[in-house]
Amino acid sequence: MKFLGFLLLLAGWGLVLAAIMMLAGSAPRAAFVFSGIGVEILGLALVIRAHRAPKGEHE
Amino acid sequence: MTPASGPILSDTAAALCMLFIFLVPLAGAGIALINTGLGRARSAAHQMMSSLCAVSIAALVYFVFGFSWQGFPGGPEHVVNVGGKGWSWIAAQPLFLRHVALNGSPASLVALLGMVSVGLAALIPLGSGADRWRLSATCLSTVLLAGVTYPIFAHWVWGGGWLAQLGENYGLGRGFVDAGGSSTIQAVGGLTALSVAWILGPRRGKYTTEGMPTAIPGHNSTFVVLGCMLAMAGWWGLNSAGAVLFTGAGPGDAALVAINTTLCAAASALMAAMITGVRFGKPDLSLTANGWIGGLAASSAACIFVRPPEAAAIGMVAGTLVTFSVEWFELRMSVDDPGGAISAHAMGGLWGVLAVGVIARVPPVGGNGAGENSGQWLAQLVGLATLIGFVLPLTYGLNWVLNRIHPQRVGPEGERQGMDLHELGAGAYPEFMTHGDDFSER
Repeated sequence: MKFLGFLLLLAGWGLVLAAIMMLAGSAPRAAFVFSGIGVEILGLALVIRAHRAPKGEHE
Repeated sequence: MTPASGPILSDTAAALCMLFIFLVPLAGAGIALINTGLGRARSAAHQMMSSLCAVSIAALVYFVFGFSWQGFPGGPEHVVNVGGKGWSWIAAQPLFLRHVALNGSPASLVALLGMVSVGLAALIPLGSGADRWRLSATCLSTVLLAGVTYPIFAHWVWGGGWLAQLGENYGLGRGFVDAGGSSTIQAVGGLTALSVAWILGPRRGKYTTEGMPTAIPGHNSTFVVLGCMLAMAGWWGLNSAGAVLFTGAGPGDAALVAINTTLCAAASALMAAMITGVRFGKPDLSLTANGWIGGLAASSAACIFVRPPEAAAIGMVAGTLVTFSVEWFELRMSVDDPGGAISAHAMGGLWGVLAVGVIARVPPVGGNGAGENSGQWLAQLVGLATLIGFVLPLTYGLNWVLNRIHPQRVGPEGERQGMDLHELGAGAYPEFMTHGDDFSER
């Protein structure tokens, strides 16, 4: 899950870069940048979940 | 080869800029005191020793190859062509600051500012790793931060890299701007602090078996407040020097920068005090101090592009964000961050980056301040996405690999005994009786 989360973080960033490089209008660019950030948030949620120790594992 | 100097600065501007940079180590002293004060008494000497080692290593690594990767605007760089546009992704300066005119030239000032800034960034993760991060691991992690993560991102923002070129290449305002380092120093340091906290795990006894956090209060609130005051002086220098070197502001603009910096920190700290006062019945000192630092971190990016009321507004948002973020990280995410470094520096820094896009009016290059702000918010958003989508995986990955080779967390016995005795053989307060609770097994 952790690996997938970091992969999604990088994928989201890639989407943001692609939006800047490949799209011209400000509206489609903004939409794709927001989509990229959405993917990053999803990745971040997975990474956070992976780092939360299950109950009972805390010392 | 002629020594490189970069853009032109008058002698007066260069001298004043150098004075601003001389103030920056005060910010480092402040952060070190805050980290120590918010940690346990039995790890105080270790925390100070780690701080000194981190600053020293960061300066040396930056001198050897960090600056050669960061570079300065107009300096040699590696460029990749994408769709007919040049993307500068890393500088190509010679190692050991060779071919930089070390005579007060803008390039030498960028190098000096970078050398002290990278030390400041290296101090931030010490707050989240307090009481359990081995000294040797701290030093190795600092090498990675000062040699890889910081210079790469600093080149993109301050070295004329692709983020700074977003305006020129894609019409996004003036490109990504950050006058004083909300992103390059604070967010990079804060995200590294998050990675370190994840990799180290919480301190023994921080969470019950049910997963509920227990309070481990800091041992010296006097250090914390003194650190906050010192940090403000350092931030005046940091933001003023950054504004002169990276946004083309004149040295006289330092008055506006210092006023904005102070207001932002003050509004943020008061907001944190009010929120904690209302929620818990009494204001909380450590959260107020974190609010202060969060306000300073948020002030950096927009310090030259906003008027004082707007700076105070940025601070109020920062104070609110930091206060709730500390609780969120501790309760919801089970992240043990004794110094509040993640909330103050990462969240404060990220908000500062965003504030440039939503609140500030960034004039176009060579403009008079009344120019359009079109696309600036998108450039800032791209920078934000780069911090979360690239810098976080990079810094986590580097520290994860380091942890596989050289475990970063001290053993259970060391943690029980205290980092001072275990790693240094002596405590910070040998003449004081150590509190019994400090050594009890939780």
